[in-house]
Amino acid sequence: MSTTEQPTTPGFEVDPAAFRHLADAQVNVELDTGDMILNMGPQHPATHGTLRLVVRLDGERVIAADPVIGYMHRGYEKLTEFRTYPQVTTLINRIDWLSSFANEVPFVHAAEQLMEIEAPPRAQYIRTALTELSRIATFLLFLGEMGLQVGALTPAFYGFRDREHVLNLIEAATGGRFHPNFNRIGGLKDDLPWGWISETRNVMKIVLDACDVFEDLVVGNEIFQARTRSIGIIPGELGASYGVSGSNLRASGVDWDLRRDGAPYLAYPDLDFQVFTHPDGDSFSRYWVRLQETRESARMVLQLLDGMPAGPIMAKVPRIIKVPEGEAWVETENPLGQMGYYVVSKGATGPFRVKIRSASFSNVSILPWMLRGVYVPDVVTILASLYFILGDIDR
Amino acid sequence: MNALAVEIPWGVLLAIKAVVILAVVPLGALVLGYTFLLKMMSHMQSRLGPMDPGGFHGWFQLIGDGIKFLQKEDIVPDEADRRVFALAPTVVVISTFLIFVVIPAGPRLQVANLDVGVFYALAVSSLSVIGVLMAGWASANKFALIGALRAAAQLIAYELPLLLAVVGVVIQAGTMSLQGIVSAQQDGAIFGWSGIGNPFILTQFVGFLLFLIAAQAELTQTPFDMPVAESELVAGYMVEYTGFRFLFFFIGEFGTATAFAALAATLFLGGWSIPGVHGTAADLLGPLVLVVKLMAVAFLMFWVRFTYPRLREDQLQALAWKVLIPIALVNVIITAIIKVAI
Repeated sequence: MSTTEQPTTPGFEVDPAAFRHLADAQVNVELDTGDMILNMGPQHPATHGTLRLVVRLDGERVIAADPVIGYMHRGYEKLTEFRTYPQVTTLINRIDWLSSFANEVPFVHAAEQLMEIEAPPRAQYIRTALTELSRIATFLLFLGEMGLQVGALTPAFYGFRDREHVLNLIEAATGGRFHPNFNRIGGLKDDLPWGWISETRNVMKIVLDACDVFEDLVVGNEIFQARTRSIGIIPGELGASYGVSGSNLRASGVDWDLRRDGAPYLAYPDLDFQVFTHPDGDSFSRYWVRLQETRESARMVLQLLDGMPAGPIMAKVPRIIKVPEGEAWVETENPLGQMGYYVVSKGATGPFRVKIRSASFSNVSILPWMLRGVYVPDVVTILASLYFILGDIDR
Repeated sequence: MNALAVEIPWGVLLAIKAVVILAVVPLGALVLGYTFLLKMMSHMQSRLGPMDPGGFHGWFQLIGDGIKFLQKEDIVPDEADRRVFALAPTVVVISTFLIFVVIPAGPRLQVANLDVGVFYALAVSSLSVIGVLMAGWASANKFALIGALRAAAQLIAYELPLLLAVVGVVIQAGTMSLQGIVSAQQDGAIFGWSGIGNPFILTQFVGFLLFLIAAQAELTQTPFDMPVAESELVAGYMVEYTGFRFLFFFIGEFGTATAFAALAATLFLGGWSIPGVHGTAADLLGPLVLVVKLMAVAFLMFWVRFTYPRLREDQLQALAWKVLIPIALVNVIITAIIKVAI
């Protein structure tokens, strides 16, 4: 250091420039605060169950977020290998437990495809109506829950209250509020009870009114918009490459709905309905799209009631169901997104292998990308707006 | 002077005052909690639960809740700083007690008539943030810590609009004594007509709105409840508290709501006063009048609380510094100009 030609003060042989640099470094070290690792979940109200998020924070800003799943893994894919086909529907009821009926449909379809039978038209119509009712029930809960997650208590109670009417309908038709287990291979367990159709018409009016209330109370609220607009943007192409599906993808401007674009199933080809998209891809647009889809579902149910054919509800099926050898892939548009079953049969009474493609699993896979750089409150908003069910992630 | 002017020894007087102050906070918390948290919210949200216990209109719910809290196990986290942890709820509640010292309920019904009453009340109310910080730090919980730091940032930011909102009233009344402010409203006149006195809400409505907004933030109520944020921080600084200590925070929360509602009623609605009623009659009617006005203000505050979503921390700060404080400053300047001009 002191080999320069200029004389230096004895004892101060350090180059002043280097010294200043060191001082700056010292200050920076003192101002630099360490990152904090915050463990959100598995017990956390924003994660609807047992999702765990390991969030690395700088102040309130998220540097990185790592979702940890599997706390609710129940091994359904393996369990199906030890069940007969009718028994499997009991299990898959519990995948997306908020819209259980919609879960049963693709699996039963796959079995029917392999057996080359088809449910009679009346059964198809009732299945469609109940699928749409479970979509309405799920979305009504979402519309309220999202309000709760951004801090408004009241919408949550309205959501629960109005969903109750729809659950009553499902219970009246199937006997179960949450886990109907109503589908049979080749049709349905029972016909609709007396008076169900007129009661459903009344409830659809309630649902449409509820949608108007949510539009006023939540969508129109300035604070809600400030909290959700431009928060958690999913670009359409990126979302599709992550496997995001359903309303989440449609909110990113991708016009893709399996009810319209997929292989025709249930009574959807007979129905006249609109698919809603939103160009923004943020949390607000996901809320908006689901709100519109709830309305559209209510209108679809009304159409189904008007066009409900008469006739049997069960095709001719053998008493002991044996599915011929083969493979089938059936995917449907479930409330949470694309739900698919890949069923491999070896000709036995139960499936040889079932692969379940559940929507939420793929939907949350984009979380690490989305959560980078947002604030802690936005984490909750994004989680709520993605709307996943833990049973649908872990299976 | 009148029947109430009996000579009371100072020791007895002090004891009476202490008992009244000690009773007012839990009572206020009970009344507000019952009326608004249970009844009003239940009606707004069509809740069935709080309408059921005890038979008539769910009257037993709050008492049952209280009993439940007393039965709960008192849990202190292993890592907690035990002494600070235990002290924190007390600090929060004490700040509430101290506000009531200066709030008048009648011409003579006041614990201490300070010349700087307004200043004292607002200064003491912000003491609670110390308790909140203590709770958040001592809990040894990251959620609690984030909540406490949010509370500190928020209470500091909203202290300013709160004070500035009151400055207009102080300028108009020409005094900082709460008793003086009340009599200025009681004896005032609107363009020479003194039928209803001159409640400052008529001239200071901007100040009234600002005061309500800032009070909402001070109380950490929705839309400013970032520090407790149930859906993300679970309960913020209160997350590790159970049983009786949690009850203390609860009493503090609703007691402070009572205090701020009483302050707003005193500053903007004329407090205990009815125009033309003086002396003993005012002393007897005063508390009732104050409670009615206080409940009206509290209704507004809780109405907002149960309707709106929550702002984000940065939006909340932006609202305070970019919107509320400039408006408050303009309000103060206009008030001062008018005061000087007239």
